Amino acid sequence: MVNILQLFVENREFIFLIIVSIFLGIEVISNVPAVLHTPLMSGANAIHGVVIIGSIIIMLEAHPTNYLALILGFFAVVLGTLNVVGGFVVTNRMLEMFKKKEK
Amino acid sequence: MTELLGLSILELCYIAASITFILGLKMLSSPDKARKGNLIAAYGMGIAILATILFKEELTADKWLNYALILAGLIVGTVIGTRMALKVKMTAMPQMVSFFNGMGGACAAVISLVEFDHVMHGGTISSGMLVVILLGLIIGSVSFSGSIIAYGKLEGKIGDKALPAGQILNIILLLGMLGMAIFMANTAEPQAIYIYILLGVSLLYGVLFVMPIGGADMPVVISLLNSFTGMAAAFGGFLYGNQAMLTGGILVGSAGTILTVLMCKAMNRSLTNVIIGSFGGGGTAAADDGEQGTIKEISVTDAAILLAYANKVTVVPGYGLAVAQAQHTVHNLEKILDDKGVEMNYAIHPVAGRMPGHMNVLLAEADVPYPKLLEMEDANDDMSNVDVVLVIGANDVVNPAAENDPSSPIYGMPIIKVLNAKNVIVMKRSMGKGYAGIENSLFFHDKNRMLFGDAKDSLEKLISEVKSL
Repeated sequence: MVNILQLFVENREFIFLIIVSIFLGIEVISNVPAVLHTPLMSGANAIHGVVIIGSIIIMLEAHPTNYLALILGFFAVVLGTLNVVGGFVVTNRMLEMFKKKEK
Repeated sequence: MTELLGLSILELCYIAASITFILGLKMLSSPDKARKGNLIAAYGMGIAILATILFKEELTADKWLNYALILAGLIVGTVIGTRMALKVKMTAMPQMVSFFNGMGGACAAVISLVEFDHVMHGGTISSGMLVVILLGLIIGSVSFSGSIIAYGKLEGKIGDKALPAGQILNIILLLGMLGMAIFMANTAEPQAIYIYILLGVSLLYGVLFVMPIGGADMPVVISLLNSFTGMAAAFGGFLYGNQAMLTGGILVGSAGTILTVLMCKAMNRSLTNVIIGSFGGGGTAAADDGEQGTIKEISVTDAAILLAYANKVTVVPGYGLAVAQAQHTVHNLEKILDDKGVEMNYAIHPVAGRMPGHMNVLLAEADVPYPKLLEMEDANDDMSNVDVVLVIGANDVVNPAAENDPSSPIYGMPIIKVLNAKNVIVMKRSMGKGYAGIENSLFFHDKNRMLFGDAKDSLEKLISEVKSL
């Protein structure tokens, strides 16, 4: 219990940010027409690829001889990049079709 | 001073990235700005990645290997990711999204593994933060294995399998994972073996979670796993005190959850019911074969005559249209009918296909204009004025059992009420069941005629018949 309270007090700014972001997320997509559900999901999928930053931090902080961390970190970077790059490219491909149509 | 400057630039870049994520999501919600929104978010992501590499730590010579591996990872990921994303067919888009989502989940899980290893080797950390690491591991792993199963199922490589007492097992696993995380956070000496057990159980849970789910639930599952990965990313952001990860992850987590809830509503099912996972298992057994009547086939010529002399035609597209890649062909039919003064539009069920909005994307590819795509409610309101409904490769979303058979697993799901129209033609490859694995009494109804064959093939024949009339 003490631990949880401590975590809360130490990170209150972040917890505030989390709560505001939750409402922002809801607000931002609440008016999405059904037409855009798939691209939106795909775009959101690319955005959570931001987890790649965590893998880069691991690599930067790893001791140059800590090979376990380096190897795992390398895989994490590859996985994160797949998520980011693949996600944005797939979304862009879907949305290209919408664009063509407007001519 | 230089260090302070670097950190300031880093934080500014994170703020900029967070803003691009918000703007990107916002713009993705409107058709004419969506593409720009996606690009803006991508630029923001690029800035955040670059800034992290350059400014997070001071560049030192003894870490050359670290930097080399980061660059190698980025290059490998970019090359593979781009190739996969560019090669994938429109029909396989949903599983592609599911696959990339799984990669993000795996990334989050690996981060947690490394961080736990730090803790094991003398790193000091509060037990609260340890819980954050463990939650990142659990959610990331579930998201990874679940997404891969969803990918396999959509590719047709994995069938629906329900374990006996699968629901109870899932609940036990879920409680077990949470209990273990709490135990690990509070025990004085965490052992390395614990985290591998937790990893294994989480991966297993992801598999068992998605395995029994079939039918119309697949879009919901992908959307849910998408928001899971968002949450896993947010836990990482919390761990590192990183605003870009936090806002990006939370935004996707909450937006993805709302999208999931909207889809559940469209199918009249509760999220809990989806999470516990029961759709596919009970569904097949509940289908009764008792009230089958006879099926009436229609020839291509008769179907063409029916269409050409109608005033109003509505197409109900489904996954079969996507599989046959018949979106361009159906648009051609629309143009030819238009020349003959027949008004043709499309009734889009929110969960037709394998993803929300799947049909919209598909028809957009074939340049079908927006106003021709009717949402389910509008289509149903207008259904009594429609002369011919052409159901192309859709099944569950037009199954009257959803309205009149309380024992059916899809009972309560809103459907497109094609029987309110004057005539119905169902184009189908065979008498096979839909994705939910249940019988469709529509096929045996008086108003309905079946036109068997590949959707594209049949549509091409229809077009040439209509032309010759």
